[in-house]
Amino acid sequence: MKYLNEEVKNQLSEILSGMKDEVNILVFTKEEPCETCEETRDFLNEFASVSNKLNLEMLDIKTDALKANDYNVTLTPSIVLLDKERNYKRIKFNGIPTGHEINSFISSLMEVSGNTSELPADISERLSKISKPMNIKVFVTLSCPHCPGAVEKAHKLALENNNIEADMIEAQTFYDLSEEYNVSSVPKIVINDKHEFVGNQSFEVFLSEMEKELV
Amino acid sequence: MSLEINLNVSNKNELDMEKVYDILIIGGGPAGLNAALYSKRKGLDVGIISYDLGGQVMDTSSVENYLGFPSISGEGLMKKFIDHVNILNVPYLEYVHVKDIKKSDLIEIHLEDGNTFKSKSIIIATGSKPRKIGIPGELEYSNKGVCYCAICDGPLFADEEVVVAGGGNSAVEAAIDLSKIAKKVTLVHRSNFRADKILVDQLLTLDNVQIKPETQILEVIGDKFMKGLIVKDRLGNREYTIEAAGLFVEIGYLPNSDPFKNILALNSKGEIIVDKYGRTNIDGIFAAGDVTDTPYKQIIMSAGDGAKCALSANEYINTLK
Repeated sequence: MKYLNEEVKNQLSEILSGMKDEVNILVFTKEEPCETCEETRDFLNEFASVSNKLNLEMLDIKTDALKANDYNVTLTPSIVLLDKERNYKRIKFNGIPTGHEINSFISSLMEVSGNTSELPADISERLSKISKPMNIKVFVTLSCPHCPGAVEKAHKLALENNNIEADMIEAQTFYDLSEEYNVSSVPKIVINDKHEFVGNQSFEVFLSEMEKELV
Repeated sequence: MSLEINLNVSNKNELDMEKVYDILIIGGGPAGLNAALYSKRKGLDVGIISYDLGGQVMDTSSVENYLGFPSISGEGLMKKFIDHVNILNVPYLEYVHVKDIKKSDLIEIHLEDGNTFKSKSIIIATGSKPRKIGIPGELEYSNKGVCYCAICDGPLFADEEVVVAGGGNSAVEAAIDLSKIAKKVTLVHRSNFRADKILVDQLLTLDNVQIKPETQILEVIGDKFMKGLIVKDRLGNREYTIEAAGLFVEIGYLPNSDPFKNILALNSKGEIIVDKYGRTNIDGIFAAGDVTDTPYKQIIMSAGDGAKCALSANEYINTLK
């Protein structure tokens, strides 16, 4: 195996044994030129072989354009997680989730499998009042130890509220997009292309920024 | 791009709010982890409350001065620490902030999320955070070029010109790391280097690194983004501009002692004052590592401090029986 050595594979296998239901992993890539598309396919093939609860589906953003459209996929590589009934959970990983980002990838897989964590009551109540569509972008680098925490929080918010969609974006692969969103520190969080903050901040901060959109 | 796998393996033991612990450790860096190891080996009931397990060392790309490890990544070293502590099944709580502590018969640790934990003694090992320079433009261009984590944000400055501020090991290491990514790195320091000679020698071999000692940064300038710095050559008494897209601030650290300042004695730098046993001014409260007034902030010293505090706390608990 290229990405997962025996030790990591065993650790992964133990962690993923905590998955409740099956999860469908849709991987959108395209023909060359595509930075990290091939690596992403290889990595996920290895990753999915660790657990029989992971169903991998390789798609092409052009030939499977309808599906890409269903899940708002515009970048490649992009990874969409669907639950066992193939419901779109509004969370994506744009770029390869290796480096530190393997941790947010695992955390989101767990959540989508039904092994969910509980939000504090006050956070949960505020979250239920987010009644307008929200798009959360979390820009990361793979060498950043603080980034997975921010991705996990954004994804958790999306999983708990149908109005919220959350995307991890790997800043080096999507350099132009990072330029467009003025990313010069990570994790950088952008909400509805308008409100932004930097750092692995609390749920409270995510909510305060989203609540600005409700006024 | 980091295609290696940095998997975090956490244990499933959780802290219990109903219980009274022998020792609760606040902080999951080298000091806190080693305190946990020593406490547990004494047979004490111990737990760790932390924000990020591993602490600041996680942000260090390479550690070359920890005995037994000629060269290891900061994260790699901390993984070894965490794995070692995990063997002993020490419960921990991550991603929480301590609000304050109260001492009565027991010591209560109040978290910002409203939860409270109780213990007979505690070891504070909350470490430190990067110090800011405190110049015009620094705050304005923070996250718009001004950065405090070189390994996190370095990849965003590929083929750009950047400046590193500072003269210690952290600054020189950041400059060496950035030289592999950026087009040009200028290392600016107010006086002269206090970094280890072995690191400075390595730095001097790099073609795209320029060194400016005796130079003071006066202001960060730019428009929407940082564009450069106004600096002053202290010997020639001359001001000039260095063009740069990024400034990496590595000028030292400030202790994370805020939650404890109301009940513990701090020195003028905000560090918790401890004696040679790691005792603070309050019985049953110990402190270890970068948050204390112990000189020289080094991984191995913090780890040693943690061991010392665990042994001191053990003796303290024995006097309660």
